[in-house]
Amino acid sequence: MRVLVIEDDKETAQFLAKSLKESGHAVDLAGDGESGLDMGRSGQHDVLIVDRMLPRLDGLSVVKTLRSESVRTPVLVLSALGDVDDRVKGLRAGGDDYLTKPYAYSELLARIEALARRAVPEEQQTRYVVGDLVLDRLSHRVTRAGEAIALQPREYRLLEYLMKNAGQVVTRTMLLEHVWDYHFDPQTNVIDVHVSRLRSKIDKTFEKPLLHTVRGAGYMIRDGAL
Amino acid sequence: MTELSRRVGALLASSAFRIAAGAVGAFAVVSALIAGTLFWQTNQVLTDQVVVTLVAEAEALQKEARGGLPALVEAVAARSRPEGPGLYVLMDASGRKLGGNLSRIPPELQSARSGAVFRYRPSVTAGGPERLAVASLIALPEGATLVIGRDVDDQRQLADSMKRLVLLSFLAMTVLGLATAFFISRQVLKRIEAINAASRQIMAGDFTRRVPVDGSGDELDGLAVNLNAMLGRIEQLMAGLREVSDNIAHDLKTPISRLRNRVEAALRESSPDLHKEALERTIEDADDLIRTFNALLLIARLEASAGDDSATDVDLGQLVASVGEFYAPVAEEAGARLEIEAGSGAVVRGNRQLLGQAVANLIDNAIKYATVVAPAAGDSRPATEIRPAAEIRVVSRVFDEEAEISVADRGPGIAAGDRDRALRRFVRLDASRSRPGTGLGLSLVAAVARMHGGRVMLEDNAPGLKVRLLLPQPALSPDARAAPVPLPEASPT
Repeated sequence: MRVLVIEDDKETAQFLAKSLKESGHAVDLAGDGESGLDMGRSGQHDVLIVDRMLPRLDGLSVVKTLRSESVRTPVLVLSALGDVDDRVKGLRAGGDDYLTKPYAYSELLARIEALARRAVPEEQQTRYVVGDLVLDRLSHRVTRAGEAIALQPREYRLLEYLMKNAGQVVTRTMLLEHVWDYHFDPQTNVIDVHVSRLRSKIDKTFEKPLLHTVRGAGYMIRDGAL
Repeated sequence: MTELSRRVGALLASSAFRIAAGAVGAFAVVSALIAGTLFWQTNQVLTDQVVVTLVAEAEALQKEARGGLPALVEAVAARSRPEGPGLYVLMDASGRKLGGNLSRIPPELQSARSGAVFRYRPSVTAGGPERLAVASLIALPEGATLVIGRDVDDQRQLADSMKRLVLLSFLAMTVLGLATAFFISRQVLKRIEAINAASRQIMAGDFTRRVPVDGSGDELDGLAVNLNAMLGRIEQLMAGLREVSDNIAHDLKTPISRLRNRVEAALRESSPDLHKEALERTIEDADDLIRTFNALLLIARLEASAGDDSATDVDLGQLVASVGEFYAPVAEEAGARLEIEAGSGAVVRGNRQLLGQAVANLIDNAIKYATVVAPAAGDSRPATEIRPAAEIRVVSRVFDEEAEISVADRGPGIAAGDRDRALRRFVRLDASRSRPGTGLGLSLVAAVARMHGGRVMLEDNAPGLKVRLLLPQPALSPDARAAPVPLPEASPT
């Protein structure tokens, strides 16, 4: 996919461009708010990464202007501001996701990939299928190789989110935000414990594991090894 | 002498003195105007009254003297008794005196015929002091002239002595007023100077100094009390800052130097596998550092924030149930049992994420410490192997008009003397700081509580620790009180 990075710090911009290219994405760079706005208007990008503090025009104004001109490209707002309200402000301005600096590159990559997927008009999927694992969203039933698996409500939602993003890395923070709606530091490896419980239910008695741990990044559900 | 004149000069220049002196001056001017008008008016009225009597008497005399000039001469002679109040002189056309007790027509009467004030010497006591009188001149037929007067000297003397008295008291009042102003401004100046002296010392770096308070409860005392409260808060903040920087130095320097050592050691290695492992460990260390920084920044922001725009109604029962459910598997793995009692009706106005963070920190702490038990005497097993059925109770309820969340564990607890310290930033009670954690958990809870207008209390759970988070509830209408909103999902684990 094609990513537009609007970031005034040259080193950060270069790091993002290099890393994203290595991950197989095309990257355009803009060094200030105004040129970023011009490039964003073209609508050729799949995702915009916008820093909040930019010269000439700040990041949130760029997003607001784009939204008022009906540019629907998904936006990830990057910010050094992590205040209680900053996130809300960022999302209210039209951002789709908010990431506080400093961040792990794996976190950023997982998030923009999730954003780009979300932008593709998704037909109302009623079933998620990964290998022989099936999740029926209407009856809330989960089966593997035809065998029913009993899940707690929270485990069901965890699996649903993982399967919705099948084949893609999902970070612990993304799980925390989307499955639990928590935007705080859980102090310990709570997410890992929940995932390992889920894993013991869907993978344990089967030969082929579906729920994989991606080292240094998070988790991924997919048919086949990593 | 120069010191004295400098102090007097400072006193005269003080705003208190200027205000008082201005008030005294304005008062003096107004009183002078009123007194002057009063005296002038009084003299006028008195003279007019005399003139009215004179006119009446003149008419009476003329009536008595119908018989012509000789009859008038007789009447005037009868009235001109030396001890009488009246003054008379009667002259014929040629200017010869026909009778009366005045020697001549006073020259003042030539210009003003009626009501003229003049001085005369009483004829009886020739050589005595001159006296004041008021007289009217009446022209008679055949060119004769009659002057009728009244002695007003006593009257005028009374008025004059009154005038002097008023003037004197007026002077005394002004002097006294200025003296009072001087005195008051000296008092005020003295107290302000005391405040100034204290501020100068504080500015010079002595933050323990306080402005003197005399306990009188007046405005200056109130100012001093407020200044002291402000100074106390500043001193507390400064102390906090110092403590934080000390602790940052300790808590961040250690992992940073560890991180640096690891990178340095890895550089000496040649195997790419070792490089990779070292880099991965470095990222983990950096992430821990970032977490500590984030927690620190969050606490600092919470302490600086006055309010929160994103406040919503947060049902503590739901929050406790949800966070409790989140942590239940972790507790289980640590060998503890999480018992959630999510009571209904505890609804506060606040930030759900921050309150969630607070509850998470409390449960996380409880899990960390509930599974630690001091080995009994004679027990040689390491502490980590002795795991009782550690029970952690998490309760939300309405207690005494306040919303309360409490988390109680059966761990080693905190000694009564250490409880205040435990709420402060970075304090971890085991001095070695060997257990994982940023050391900011409880102080973050305390900061969240303060921001929501609540407080945190540490209590003995006999054995163990009970942390109570008390938050003010928004005033509910009686209807809302009577029918608490039922919880959709209150599922104790």
